[in-house]
Amino acid sequence: MWRRPPLALRARARALSTPPLSHAEKARSVAALLADHTSRALAGGGEARLAAQHAKGKLSARERLALLLDAGSFREYDQLKSHRCADFGMASHAVPGDGVVTGHGTIGGRRVLVFAQDFTVFGGSLGEAHAEKICKVMERAVEAGAPLVGLNDSGGARIQEGVASLAGYAEVFQRNVLASGVVPQLSVIMGPCAGGAVYSPAMTDFTVMVEDTSYMFVTGPEVVKTVTNETVTSEALGGAKTHTRKSGVAHLSYQNDVHALEGIRELIGFLPSSNREPPPRRATEDIPTRADAALDVMVPHDPNTPYDMAAVVRRVLDDNELMEMSPAYAKNILTGFGRMNGAPVGIVANQPQALELAGCLDIDASVKAARFVRFCDAFNMPILTFVDVPGFLPGVCEPPSSCVLAAACTAQEHGGIIRHGAKLLFAFAEATVPKITVITRKAYGGAYDVMSSKHLRGDFNYAWPSAEVAVMGAKGAVEIIFRGKNVEEETRAYEAKFANPLVAAQRGFVDEVIQPSLTRTRICEDLELLRDKQVTRPWKKHSNIPL
Amino acid sequence: MASDGPRKLFRKILVANRGEIACRVMRTAHRLGIRTVAVYSEPDARSPHVRMADEAVCVGPAASVSSYLRAGAILEAMRATGAEAVHPGYGFLSENAEFSEAVEAAGLAFIGPGAHAIRAMGDKIASKKLAEAAGVHTIPGFLGVLSGAEEAVKVANQVGYPVMLKASAGGGGKGMRIAWNDAETAAGYALSSREAAASFGDDRIFIERYVEQPRHIEIQLIADSFGDAIYLTERECSIQRRNQKVVEEAPAPNLSREAVKRMGEEAVALAKAVGYRSAGTVEFLVDKNEQHYFLEMNTRLQVEHPVTELVTGLDLVEVMIRVAAGERLPLTQAQVTRTGWAIESRVYAEDALRGFLPSTGTLSAYRPPLAEDVSASVAIDSGLSGSEYTPSIKDTVRVDDGVCEGGEISIHYDPMIAKLVTHGVDRDQARKLMMASLDHYVIRGVRHNVNFLRSIMSNPRFAQGTVTTNFIPEEFPDGYAGHVLSEGERQDLLACTSALQFAADARSASVGSNPPPTSQRYNVRLDESTQAEEIVSVTEAKDLSTFAKKTLFVQARGLDAEPDTCSWARTLHLSRSGLDPSSILSAAIQDGIVVGSTTAPAPRAMAVQVIAKKPLGWHVSAYGTTYSVLSCPPLFAEYSKHMKPPAKSLYDSALLSPMPGALLSIAVSVGDEVVQGQEVCVVEAMKMQNVLFAQRDGKVKSILAQPGSVLSADQPIIDFE
Repeated sequence: MWRRPPLALRARARALSTPPLSHAEKARSVAALLADHTSRALAGGGEARLAAQHAKGKLSARERLALLLDAGSFREYDQLKSHRCADFGMASHAVPGDGVVTGHGTIGGRRVLVFAQDFTVFGGSLGEAHAEKICKVMERAVEAGAPLVGLNDSGGARIQEGVASLAGYAEVFQRNVLASGVVPQLSVIMGPCAGGAVYSPAMTDFTVMVEDTSYMFVTGPEVVKTVTNETVTSEALGGAKTHTRKSGVAHLSYQNDVHALEGIRELIGFLPSSNREPPPRRATEDIPTRADAALDVMVPHDPNTPYDMAAVVRRVLDDNELMEMSPAYAKNILTGFGRMNGAPVGIVANQPQALELAGCLDIDASVKAARFVRFCDAFNMPILTFVDVPGFLPGVCEPPSSCVLAAACTAQEHGGIIRHGAKLLFAFAEATVPKITVITRKAYGGAYDVMSSKHLRGDFNYAWPSAEVAVMGAKGAVEIIFRGKNVEEETRAYEAKFANPLVAAQRGFVDEVIQPSLTRTRICEDLELLRDKQVTRPWKKHSNIPL
Repeated sequence: MASDGPRKLFRKILVANRGEIACRVMRTAHRLGIRTVAVYSEPDARSPHVRMADEAVCVGPAASVSSYLRAGAILEAMRATGAEAVHPGYGFLSENAEFSEAVEAAGLAFIGPGAHAIRAMGDKIASKKLAEAAGVHTIPGFLGVLSGAEEAVKVANQVGYPVMLKASAGGGGKGMRIAWNDAETAAGYALSSREAAASFGDDRIFIERYVEQPRHIEIQLIADSFGDAIYLTERECSIQRRNQKVVEEAPAPNLSREAVKRMGEEAVALAKAVGYRSAGTVEFLVDKNEQHYFLEMNTRLQVEHPVTELVTGLDLVEVMIRVAAGERLPLTQAQVTRTGWAIESRVYAEDALRGFLPSTGTLSAYRPPLAEDVSASVAIDSGLSGSEYTPSIKDTVRVDDGVCEGGEISIHYDPMIAKLVTHGVDRDQARKLMMASLDHYVIRGVRHNVNFLRSIMSNPRFAQGTVTTNFIPEEFPDGYAGHVLSEGERQDLLACTSALQFAADARSASVGSNPPPTSQRYNVRLDESTQAEEIVSVTEAKDLSTFAKKTLFVQARGLDAEPDTCSWARTLHLSRSGLDPSSILSAAIQDGIVVGSTTAPAPRAMAVQVIAKKPLGWHVSAYGTTYSVLSCPPLFAEYSKHMKPPAKSLYDSALLSPMPGALLSIAVSVGDEVVQGQEVCVVEAMKMQNVLFAQRDGKVKSILAQPGSVLSADQPIIDFE
């Protein structure tokens, strides 16, 4: 037990602290000191810098959090934490909070951990203390089992802090990896994000960018200019449109900060708080037994006529609501979230719309869908797969010589379609969440196997009457089997045998041929049946997906 | 009517038509126990009329001349299926005398008039001479064929100005011209004869007096093969756009029964004179003194026949079938009755806001109005609660359509989506039923004219019933630009959109464990309105449920106003709400905050359709017109003020190649004005020719790729200003 010191020592201590303060005075001065620090923390980089931020069409870190989180729910951590750097005159430039606002709050009443970099303080640059604050919310997210949302707006590493800031990045990266698959991690890029900083968002589950005001690149336009003498703008090199269309680095983009934060609130509504719980159910008035007669007429009779798979998928989902992820990238495959009878599901679907490579699988589509499937599997999200796939991109063209895509096919092989296509195959095969597959039209060749087929432990595999499960299209098959003899007649014979779902149904490769209008009802029933699906797997440290 | 039993009627009939009229004929046939055969073109294979029929025969590819107009193929289909009679519907082969003849020559029945009557009435000059001979009042004019411009001027002076020049073989307004003096007559003659030659291969022109302030009134008649003919209620069809009927009604407002009787008796006389059989229509122009002039006789069932059916209680298709089977007319002239008032609106897939350009595409949502929703709306407007309202009319809302959700509106055929018909005890009730029906009509995926029809219904002159054939050009002189909201309507719309937002927020909150808030505040504003942003508070009153599920109070104030002030308020009693695109929020809406029912302002019915959720607000449709509304939490609105409009990049303004491929052709050149949906180029890939369309209206700024060049994905092809 602690004992009071002898009287003599107490007198000595009092004599040393001059002038003596009364308890009340002391409390007052502490309060004043705290108030000063708090107000400096809340002010961030100050009025002028805030105005500059607004002039760029950007909000401050605190304004962003105010929109992201439910009103009044934000609880801040480490508001007064400052850097410990004394070099380059930094000692006199400490701002409480150190350029990042961290804490927790709620979105739609559900807990989230957040950090928001404050560009008005040291350009949002990441130093040691800044990184420690981020690491603290990341650790808390994993412990508490709540998603992490990071709002990135940072000039990069704080150069004055040197290697300490590099260490800070790596500490964040390590925690991104530890949290991966445990809690959903979302990154919103709302300003610059360059150099090493890009790898934290790259390792999170979904990256959202703001158009015109955000960019991501490993090396900026100046370096590109120096090294390759190529002139390129930040927007063209790593803007939202580039990354959502060309590179696939970002999954969604929004017109501005406000729309982006509204979008994140919507996205969070689909995700479970952690891998320990099911995705959140939402109230719906859309009954599971709703039959949709339009589905019976949506797949065209002509197998080469395009149609919009997104429109098909929406009709099956609750309230016709589909939140597409990576909608502008690899448009030949559709990935996104929806709900069935209130419970979130992940959707993977070939997109046979004419302009999107008729829905065949290529490198980009395989990689996009594979990562999405793994996200769903990690977070207990059942996967609905809608199949209309003429094959992998090389080999679909027949005869190859006249095809304008011949060059593209070579590029696909040389680009490693084998390796990348294997990712999607691997991801589907490895997934143990409920998997329900609907073949709407074509399911040809190896792509049939890949698209969550029965053989990859699909739980329910359905075909619509318009389905054709075959090694390839009739014409191509006949060319090979009969070497150009009696092509028309043999094509008809081949079509009669394979241009329908019968053979696959006879083999049990599809569980049932269903009326399209009843698809929603059947899937809702199946999901209910599979609610507690459990699969045991052999022990392993982890699998070795062909990355 | 059914007392004769089905023995004498046909066992099976073929319907040589498509779309709504084919479905409508089959409905009656099925009710009479007659099996039906549909014919269809290849793209129509899954159309409702094919699915409705007991059997179906494909008669050719898309183009009408290769399918629905192939008399031989249709006769062959009759033989193959054993159909004993054919109903031609309207259009296609319905007024083709050779077809009627060929059917009868084959020993089968044509459900329509004989070839002689079709021929006699098919020629404008011949029919006018016949009408005159039968004692029908015709427009003063020269019935001979004019030899040239000089004779035209001479004749015009005899007839008296103003005169109308008309093509003898004409129809649809082609070759028609009004002249007020000699010079106009001479010029008009040349133009009309050239136009007639080009359109009909027949340049014969005749002249008649032009009737000012004319109304288009027509008499429905029905005749049997025993020489009996009767006339039914007249139809008022003056609401026309470029000589195409838009709205029809029965009976005609502000027209004496004597005038109707005169027209009816003359129509019957004409029918008897040509030995007419089956249903037919005699069209008249009626001037401001109720003097009528014979226009023409249509020897078929007309598009607008439902209004007559509703007020007379007759099924015209049934009578046609019975008459064709050799039965007598089921009633005499004296037995013809008239109940209530019926109005028909023709719902077309044409963009009323863009000069009525036809619109094609997939019907992503298609929900015709339900009679119970419409009646409930009208009940609220009439100050009755739902249970008190028992309409004395049985079928208040009738939708004759031949399309379905997920189906296509294609370029090959008439762009009519449906005929929407309402039947009320009087004209005003029929009109109110129509407005409510239009408000509850959900059509997505193609542009349509529901907005225009809704505006006609709420037009004060239409409400009075003082219409002429010039109604549309006079009331919409600058074309149609959508409904203009009154201040009260604007507030109603904002209140309803706030209710939508409230429901959306409650649904979003249901993922969490907390109960949804019972009160919310939103900033609201109607886009493209001069009114400033306002703050509304929406509060749920759980205890008050006079009408249905939920009662909401909405109070509004200006952004800068004191917090406890209120500039307007509404009480909403929601009866139905959904949030997905194509759902309808319907409510009884009252001014002010109404607690309890004492001396409360009368409620109005309001139906707002959800078009789409947009960032920070909604696209909704009300009063037929689509509006964009901001509605979001105040902080979102406040911070939005710092946001900048999106920067323009090539990705936004240019048309990008959506795939790697070869550019086959470009259909536009620099400086061209294009409209959204217009074809601009063709890209070939995967051996398929993909037509690319303009994403929005604009002017071609530059062409960035040449035909024949190979395109990579996302490569810009055409840049727009």
